[in-house]
Amino acid sequence: MFTTGDLKIKSRVDQVGIEERAASLSKRSIKKETKKAGIKLAISMIDLTTLEGKDSAGKVEAMCQKAIRPLDPSTELRVNDDIPSVAAVCVYPNMVSIAKKALAGTNIKVASVATGFPSGLTPLPIKIEETKRVVDMGAHEVDMVIDRGAFLSGEHKKVFDEIVKIKEACGPAHLKVILETGELETYDNVRMASWLAMTAGADFIKTSTGKAAVNATLPVTLVMLETIRDYWYETGRMVGMKPAGGIRTSKQALQYLVLVKETLGDAWLSNKWFRFGASTLTNDLLMQLVKESTGRYQSLDYFTID
Amino acid sequence: MTTLEKKVTRLEVVEPKQLNFGKKWDYAPAPEATDFVKIKPRYELFIGGKFVKPKSGNYFKSINPATEEVLTEVAEANEADVDAAVRAARNAYEKYWSKLAPAERAKYIFRIARQLQEKGREFAILETMDGGKPIKEARDGDIPLSVAHFFYYAGWADKLEYAFPGRKCRPLGVAGQVIPWNFPLLMAAWKLAPALACGNTVVLKPAETTPLTALHLAQIIQEADLPPGVVNIVTGFGKTGAALVKHPDINKIAFTGSTEVGKGIMKSIAGTGKKMTLELGGKAANIIFEDAPMDQAIEGIINGIYFNQGHVCCAGSRLFVQESVKDIVIRKLYDRIQTLRVGNPLDKNTDVGAINSREQLGKIKELVESGVQEGCKLHQSACELPKKGFWFPPTFFTGVAQSNRIAQEEIFGPVLSVLTFRTPEEAVEKANNTAYGLSAGVWTDKGSKIFKISSKLKAGVIWANTYNKFDPTSPFGGYKESGFGREGGLHGLLPYVKLVR
Amino acid sequence: MQKRSEILKTYKLFIGGQFPRSESGHYFQVFSPKTKKPVANVARGSRKDLRDAVTAARKALPSWSAKTAYNRGQILYRMAEVLENRKEELIVEMVKMTGCLHKKAEKEVTTCIDRLVWYAGWADKYQQIFGTVNPVAAPYFNFTLPEPVGVVGIIVSDEWPLVPLVSKLAPALVAGNTLVLIASEKYPLSAITFAEIIATSDVPAGVVNILTGIKKEMIGHLAKHMDVNSINYTGSDVSVLKMLQEEGSANVKRVIAHDYPKGEEWLNNAKAQSPYWIHSFVEMKTTWHPIGI
Repeated sequence: MFTTGDLKIKSRVDQVGIEERAASLSKRSIKKETKKAGIKLAISMIDLTTLEGKDSAGKVEAMCQKAIRPLDPSTELRVNDDIPSVAAVCVYPNMVSIAKKALAGTNIKVASVATGFPSGLTPLPIKIEETKRVVDMGAHEVDMVIDRGAFLSGEHKKVFDEIVKIKEACGPAHLKVILETGELETYDNVRMASWLAMTAGADFIKTSTGKAAVNATLPVTLVMLETIRDYWYETGRMVGMKPAGGIRTSKQALQYLVLVKETLGDAWLSNKWFRFGASTLTNDLLMQLVKESTGRYQSLDYFTID
Repeated sequence: MTTLEKKVTRLEVVEPKQLNFGKKWDYAPAPEATDFVKIKPRYELFIGGKFVKPKSGNYFKSINPATEEVLTEVAEANEADVDAAVRAARNAYEKYWSKLAPAERAKYIFRIARQLQEKGREFAILETMDGGKPIKEARDGDIPLSVAHFFYYAGWADKLEYAFPGRKCRPLGVAGQVIPWNFPLLMAAWKLAPALACGNTVVLKPAETTPLTALHLAQIIQEADLPPGVVNIVTGFGKTGAALVKHPDINKIAFTGSTEVGKGIMKSIAGTGKKMTLELGGKAANIIFEDAPMDQAIEGIINGIYFNQGHVCCAGSRLFVQESVKDIVIRKLYDRIQTLRVGNPLDKNTDVGAINSREQLGKIKELVESGVQEGCKLHQSACELPKKGFWFPPTFFTGVAQSNRIAQEEIFGPVLSVLTFRTPEEAVEKANNTAYGLSAGVWTDKGSKIFKISSKLKAGVIWANTYNKFDPTSPFGGYKESGFGREGGLHGLLPYVKLVR
Repeated sequence: MQKRSEILKTYKLFIGGQFPRSESGHYFQVFSPKTKKPVANVARGSRKDLRDAVTAARKALPSWSAKTAYNRGQILYRMAEVLENRKEELIVEMVKMTGCLHKKAEKEVTTCIDRLVWYAGWADKYQQIFGTVNPVAAPYFNFTLPEPVGVVGIIVSDEWPLVPLVSKLAPALVAGNTLVLIASEKYPLSAITFAEIIATSDVPAGVVNILTGIKKEMIGHLAKHMDVNSINYTGSDVSVLKMLQEEGSANVKRVIAHDYPKGEEWLNNAKAQSPYWIHSFVEMKTTWHPIGI
């Protein structure tokens, strides 16, 4: 169990220090084999996401094809390496069954946002009901959002209890808890919310909905990774991490992998424990991978936009 | 080192589990290209604006401590050479520099700053090859800070009348400056920039293991058309430095180096009336309170002691941890040193480079051995060290008492002593319980505690919730046996001027 | 009527707020320049007296240096008040000791009073003149402030009975140091009478310690003492300066021997008082702290 006081004690982060550390890690030079391996690892960690009001079955089906086979192996740009599938697709509840069908027979997971995404401001029974529905429809993973208003006004117990209830409603499905760090503003809050979510049962903690003004950043992710590490030391339970929103380039993705490697080590360097929530990252990873193989800088004209 | 090897222990933590910082996704070598940097086969002395052969006729070799390869050979200045340099400096002082309009003096210094900035990468590579420090530190630390230092003091040259209320500044004359091997170019900048800005001329003696960047700076000075003799650079060993310090026509001595040599200099010029600043050794306390921002404190510890292989006079070499968080801090520290990348200093991902010299490596090993002999518990990074060159892995000792040698003597290497305390008063008492007083670190999230503790610490620089930060505007220097005088900031002008009404 | 016999004063040392005799039991005499007769017996401070004075100064340092600047200013002002009140006593004593005119002695004492007042006013200002906030190129608040250098030995010049002592004592004291003063060998009486003023001016015991005696018997030990942080030398003897620096190097003492006034210049405010004299009794401490949320 948790108390607010305990969380506060565990939640001291110096802004300048954490930002300097993140900046320093972001300068790691990733070249050659490391770069190729990193890019492939990153592709395998993607939660390929579409979360728009205009999402349709056609859009989701197309995205699922990209998820299965990110690059056409018959293209002239074919790289000798095997290109992995992404880890999951992430959609709104109404699209779960469509995605399920499109991904049948693959290992790609279906993740659905729930709990009144992106604000998290629907009544708890409805959040529970929504969660149960998406799990019933076959979602392997549920991306819930916390009630930031409650968190910021000090109602930590309320946030905690909601997560506990949603975790129950998930049954066998994995629960990712979105903290919406851009709205929590301080690193102390990010760390506190991370502890809170993990203590309440989160399988993953996730930075953002992608709908706020500020989404995933390196220092925020570093704070969350360090909290995961400390939680693991304290409880022995591994929790996964998912930065989401604003990660569009290979360079960024590799910087995130550096954070994982140097904060949590080898055990977390897999899509079981680390995901990217992204919609356009895939193509840049592919372009950089092809560039590494061919020595030619690439054009987006040769990569499918789905 | 046989006892040492046997004594290396895995960390004993409450739980047996340990993070694995392995090679699942390892960084490929990312060496900085060195081909566009030209190292001459031989370097002469820089006297009177020219590169001249030493009257001594002697040259000594400068090696790359990471490979033990000879980089070049460098002239060794004897007393006659030093005398020639001092004469050139005196002549330049009398004839040009002291008569030059301050605004013009400023422009020369600005010019040096800009030239150095433009050649920054070249200097970073040279610094790394000559001294063994990681390229990322030379590139992001030493060189830009050196540039900033010249820029900062260039601007002072024609504003000195505003520096000290009610007083005018007059130059002292010829300054003799002796600098160490840990930050070769940066120390040259710290010495040259304020001296020149205040209207003095200079004879600079770089360290024997790291003369290259100073000699390349001499080329910049030459290209900047600085009047001949305003800056003179004489390379050599301790004897050369001693000849400079003792030269009767020197008005000012500025020395950065060991306390032992500093005391010798103070003695040797006693009664001569030469103005003096000394920046000497340290054994800084880095104090971690239980309410510290813990992961940043760990970074502060790491940066405090493993930055530049611990070859830092203000290194946070004594860690004082509040007992209530001792286990957490030690565990985090242990994890953190596993991710420090030790090896080729030219690799952009290297965190800890080569030990500067065989001699220094010997000193480090001897002190570490003493720690083991005295019963302290040794913890080291499991990193592999290169076969050639001088290396020492990131190391820390637990179970250290104040009376252990490793808690008292400056190791000047990547070796940390961890001690504990229970109360703030005890922390302050133990932190101050040293002959040194250069710097100290304090980590707590409580603002009022920061001010209380930092005001009680007897040290010239206090890093609160940070460590090893430097800036040309920020005065730096010691209390007690860490020396006197300040370098940097407005206070850094004072050692180079005489105040008159 | 029978002439009354005067009670002669015994001049003792001033250590730790007490007035002990020299532990050595030795004394020396001060003679009247007019009558050539002894004016007084004066304690001849020894190596051990010096040691005791340093111990007292070290003990007094933490609380004196921790006092507020305002409080230190008040105490210096109090010294001026008490000195004003007892100035006649000092003047008479000076006349007896030096043979000078009353007027000259009066000028010296009033200069001392005014100088104490002047430095009292500096107590909470020099930090603002010499301290800086430094605009570092990173998100850090960075400032530099003067702090006391610690235990300071002051070797006072011989040529005046009081004004050099007060001129050095006041800036050293106002900066928060504790002092071991070696008084004028030639005119030691005023120093000890002034010590009585210090002792009754709210200056805590041990903050000021004054030794009289033969300088060369004490200054070597002062220079060698490992618990003395700085020596301020008011004198022109190069061999003394050389000795101070040589011996002082053992603990990297700050040996301060800047230009000092000569003769009548001691009475000249433009020459003999300056905030830069306070500066010579401080260390600069720079503190960094991140600026963040």
